[in-house]
Amino acid sequence: MGWSPERDAPAAAVPPLSVERVTLRYHTDAGVVTAVEDVSFTIAAGERLALLGPSGCGKSTLLRAVGGFLKPSSGEIRLRGVPVRTPGPDRMVVFQEFDQLLPWRTVAGNIAFALRRARRLGRAEADARAREWAGRVGLGAFADAYPHTLSGGMKQRAAIARAFAVQPDILLMDEPFAALDALSRRRMQDELLNLCEETGATCLFVTHAIDEAIHVGTRILVLTPHPGRVGAEYRVSDDARERGSAAFGALETEIQQRIFGTLASRPASGREGRAAHAPDAQVIAHVG
Amino acid sequence: MSDSALAPTARHVLPTLGPGARRLVLLVALALGWELYARWLGNSLLLPTFLETLAALWENLRNGELPERVRASLAILLSGYAIGIVLAALLTALAVLNRWGESLLGLLTAMFNPLPAIALLPVALLWFGIGGSSLIFVTVHSVLWPLALACHAGFRAVPATLRMAGRNIGLTGPAYIVHLLIPAALPSILSGLRLGWAFAWRTLIAAEMVFGASASEGGLGWFIFTNRSQLETANVFAGLLTVILIGLAVETFVFATLNRFTVQRWGQEA
Ligand SMILES: Nc1ncnc2c1ncn2[C@@H]1O[C@H](COP(=O)(O)OP(=O)(O)O)[C@@H](O)[C@H]1O
Ligand SMILES: [Mg+2]
Repeated sequence: MGWSPERDAPAAAVPPLSVERVTLRYHTDAGVVTAVEDVSFTIAAGERLALLGPSGCGKSTLLRAVGGFLKPSSGEIRLRGVPVRTPGPDRMVVFQEFDQLLPWRTVAGNIAFALRRARRLGRAEADARAREWAGRVGLGAFADAYPHTLSGGMKQRAAIARAFAVQPDILLMDEPFAALDALSRRRMQDELLNLCEETGATCLFVTHAIDEAIHVGTRILVLTPHPGRVGAEYRVSDDARERGSAAFGALETEIQQRIFGTLASRPASGREGRAAHAPDAQVIAHVG
Repeated sequence: MSDSALAPTARHVLPTLGPGARRLVLLVALALGWELYARWLGNSLLLPTFLETLAALWENLRNGELPERVRASLAILLSGYAIGIVLAALLTALAVLNRWGESLLGLLTAMFNPLPAIALLPVALLWFGIGGSSLIFVTVHSVLWPLALACHAGFRAVPATLRMAGRNIGLTGPAYIVHLLIPAALPSILSGLRLGWAFAWRTLIAAEMVFGASASEGGLGWFIFTNRSQLETANVFAGLLTVILIGLAVETFVFATLNRFTVQRWGQEA
């Protein structure tokens, strides 16, 4: 691309996030593990990219690299054109684990502290905004509760509120609902979707559940395991987002076949029959 | 059937009391046991009665002897404790910041933690002579290693997710230590402080008994020791009682309160 990371570059030209041929390795005592190999993608403003793949295929590793917690062995990750070097509040992360809130601060305290550190807000303003955000995720009555008194779903809500409140360039979510029961998971997916649509947030959402990827994402990137590479990419049309709709089911079947096709090593059959299975799904690219 | 029939009766025999009241009842029972046994024994040179001990305690408090000894001991204890905390903090900070520091801490604690502080007393006497400095030296030794070990273990045990969450909101350097590592490791730090306090108190009382010469400056340990050699057994017991009471007071008022307002409230208890 011909752009340079200058301040006056048109916002539309520079994607909020670009991952360019990134390879991620772990150096362990047992040797070098390549978790992610040669992965490239960009996320446009307001887009929600669902990173879908079976467990162990390197989704969290990739998310940690985007978060700045892990340095790529090769390739480059750019945030608004600027190479990512360190973690920072311009990429707020919501983790899968429930222990991501500071146990010594209340729900509002956690959000307010993030606002003070990341946005340099004064105490009063940070607190007011924190309470507003606690209310927006349904934790208004629990704003003064300490995390250990909350259920898993409520803790995840608080973490989501903290991430949104900081208004990052991009939200990074690593299977935030994976440890919840099925009912809470559905509710939280809907609530997250509403928040994203209200705020127009740009998201990178990691999941191993196909239905979650379709419901939450505007675009889906399928990773194949060992090492993680981009297997396929799908754009989710608005009518496919509706759970239980024909388009939803068709896309789900389509992706399922793609993933199981790869795992069961059915070489070309899945690739050719795709259009017939999913007339509504726009398949943009197949790689690998 | 027989079990369930017995259980409620057994519970009815003892009135339901809170933990504080239960403790008080037990204390009274122990004091009563002491009093009765000592009276039965009838040898106040070996074991004075509880009431004799209380009287000796009162007498020594009134004549200013005991308060002066307590003051002398606490002054040494607090200096040693404070120096120990500062050194432990420096050593742990070094260990958190770099690998060499970590290895150094590991090595030093492995070497010195098993070494009884009293065993260092001869060295202390050689270096600092008889007096406060030697006592402070052994007290520092008794606090430093267990505290540094506890702090370091606490820092290492901070969950990876919490660390990442902290760095995510932009905490780096000293702010990361102050706003993330220390509060996250507080359960370990507090238990290290508690342990360090207990060690320091024991070490100091023991070390004071070895110090014969500087009687005018002597603390509680010295008070106990000199009264034993003068066969003032009631005073010896009054001194021991004072040691116990101060330990209990610090435990319940300082550490229990610190715990209640921090880690207990945050659900962080280890
Ligand atoms: N800290 C680590 N050290 C070594 N290997 C790791 C580490 N974290 C993850 N891996 C390996 O990298 C691969 C991808 O892991 P991960 O990114 O957690 O997958 P996912 O999130 O998709 O389940 C796995 O094979 C895993 O064993
Ligand atoms: Mg994962």
